[in-house]
Amino acid sequence: MARTGSTITADSSVQELADHGFVLTKFDQIVGMARKNSLWPLPFATSCCGIEFMSTMSAHYDLAQFGSERNSFSPRQADMLLVMGTIAKKMGPILRQVYTQMAEPRWVISVGACACSGGIFDTYSVLQGIDKIIPVDVYVPGCPPRPEQILAGVAKLKEIVQNESVRRRDSPEYKTLLRSYGIDIV
Amino acid sequence: MALNIQQVIDQLDSRFAGQFGNVESSYGMTTIQVRKSAIFDIVKFLKEELSFILLTDVCGAHFPDNDLDMRFAAIYHLHNLVENVRIRMRVFLPEENPEVDSMTPLFESANWQERETYDFFGIRFINHPNMTRILNMDEMEVFPLRKEYPLEDAGRADKDDRFFGRTIHNE
Amino acid sequence: MSVKRFDEYIAKHSKDPDRELQVLNLGPTHPSTHGIFQNILLMDGETILDSEPTVGYIHRAFEKLVEHRPYYQITPITDRLNYCSAPINNIGWEMTVEKLAGIEIPKRAQYIRVIIMELARITDHLICNSILGVDTGAFTGFLYVYQIREKVYDVYETICGGRLTSNIGRIGGLERDLIPEAIQKIKDLLEQSKKTFGEFEKLMNRNRIFMDRTIGVGAISAERALNYGFTGPNLRATGVDYDVRINEPYSSYEDFKFNIPVGSAGDTYDRYCVRQAEIWESISIIEQALKNLPDGDYATSDSNFYLPKKQDVYTKMEALIYHFKVVMGESDVPVGEVYNCVEGGNGELGFYLISDGSRTPFRLHFRRPCFIYYQAYAEMIKGQMLSDAVATLSSLNVIAGELDA
Repeated sequence: MARTGSTITADSSVQELADHGFVLTKFDQIVGMARKNSLWPLPFATSCCGIEFMSTMSAHYDLAQFGSERNSFSPRQADMLLVMGTIAKKMGPILRQVYTQMAEPRWVISVGACACSGGIFDTYSVLQGIDKIIPVDVYVPGCPPRPEQILAGVAKLKEIVQNESVRRRDSPEYKTLLRSYGIDIV
Repeated sequence: MALNIQQVIDQLDSRFAGQFGNVESSYGMTTIQVRKSAIFDIVKFLKEELSFILLTDVCGAHFPDNDLDMRFAAIYHLHNLVENVRIRMRVFLPEENPEVDSMTPLFESANWQERETYDFFGIRFINHPNMTRILNMDEMEVFPLRKEYPLEDAGRADKDDRFFGRTIHNE
Repeated sequence: MSVKRFDEYIAKHSKDPDRELQVLNLGPTHPSTHGIFQNILLMDGETILDSEPTVGYIHRAFEKLVEHRPYYQITPITDRLNYCSAPINNIGWEMTVEKLAGIEIPKRAQYIRVIIMELARITDHLICNSILGVDTGAFTGFLYVYQIREKVYDVYETICGGRLTSNIGRIGGLERDLIPEAIQKIKDLLEQSKKTFGEFEKLMNRNRIFMDRTIGVGAISAERALNYGFTGPNLRATGVDYDVRINEPYSSYEDFKFNIPVGSAGDTYDRYCVRQAEIWESISIIEQALKNLPDGDYATSDSNFYLPKKQDVYTKMEALIYHFKVVMGESDVPVGEVYNCVEGGNGELGFYLISDGSRTPFRLHFRRPCFIYYQAYAEMIKGQMLSDAVATLSSLNVIAGELDA
């Protein structure tokens, strides 16, 4: 970083500040940056897409390089819930329980056609999309999506995380959203 | 001693004459149609005397167009691994209260397969240790693989038939 | 969730000072259960006294769904059964229809199918064995052999365009011929996998920790295994040399020379060793198939089931009619019932098809090996430590999608 000899005053321009190693930003942005670069995934893998997630996290595609090194299998310490694979109606309450066990802020990526909409399994036993029971932030289509697509979904979520207001989780809109899913706010 | 399927049929014939009929062979497998009362004894005989030691498969089927006493079928595939002989047995069951003997005293593998058959078709297996649903939820009231039940979830509200080219006129 | 007999047992023995009874719920979303199985365990300290398995958490109603699909549209559905080795399911289903309709497949197509199925077997076994390593504390092996899986995906992409759910082949043969590039990729893959699996085996086979964690764990005798309907590598680990590829050779398996590896103890280590040995046999089969790959067509000329060539569809009336007939699923199939089985990644994968001559199957039942042998799990883990139960589960290679169908 090039340093100029000038001292910082109240009239200093942004460029001058930056030259001294300062960053002027909003609190929201700095929190968003911290959050987005270490999203701990909770892989809720039920079927085929789970195998593609294994590809995503293994050496070739390496999800860890995007800040998701640690797979958090405990919902309490996870930030993003990756729902991969068909969710049958029998599984629905369990998915919901896992979601409610996660601490705020929490995000959900729905990976694969089955999780998004039921996919080819338009049958009596399959939940037609997980957004019937929990709110979803990013949908990744595909049956199953390629690892690149899952990575793109994570990147998309990072964008959302970066730009999310720190007050969003306390906002009445968010509470209304959760209430519409019948999830109690702690 | 090589054992072929004809010898199996002959042995069954001498032992259980009149308990089964309609021996037919198609696509490399012989099917015998067994009376409901004799199925357990025949499978037991096949297992213990003719060493059909692998119960490959148990499944059900629903024939809504059959006569009332042949609406359901329980189908068994047995395999003699040493002689490499397979046999298929079919038991027809009535519409009212379809029941057949369970194979669980002979084969542990029958346990879940019979539960699955019950789950799908409502065929009850007598003497089964735990005759409950296995794949679907216990609260389910219908037997979904019976032909009269639809594939799709009846409660779907988001699927407007008009958008799928389906109207009352073209069904 | 509670199990009545566990509660009664605890109530009866709770006064006993030497015992530490509790009920533990393992699954359905436990990280080390690989798929969604629930086992409610009755524990005495670390020892499992009894367990109550629950399945059906990913029941997708395959058998109902296929009654509403024309024959050729069922191939992609079978992908989702055992998704670790999808091509075997595809080809098994195609062979079932071919058996029903009496379609003869050219030798070349049969050999290519063998190559694809053996590649799928390698991927299935490698994922099972490497995950077994993860469950016993060795993550390295998984990351190392998973590269082979990526390479196999690459081959699939060259052959059919898909990765995991491949929808490979068509009723009556293959959708396209094996191009030279694909053959080269398979050859490279075999070279690399020999090296990789050699090193993987050096890491695992005589590894003291791995052996201590797996030998004698989750053992089952041959009699009990047969009674429970075991097939495939899990049965062979108990010492029974039953393999569909030998007993009822399909798709020209009789042309190849290969061994059937068997174990003796039927424990986790034997299952690991059998799978590992089968990988080497598969590599040998692929090499033989590539070496003796016959010339000729890659699909049948029976235009009732196999799509005519695209240029013919555009220029010839006859071909256009057949094209529509196949695409609309209006091909006439005989009335009858067929049982066809192939050696899947986990055992005898059977398709029991009742056809009433219409465009969809009247009834199609999948004989899913996982569903049948997972019943034995409760018996296998009785008296074991909790951590051994996890190793046993991963060595059985139970695939949830296949189990619950």
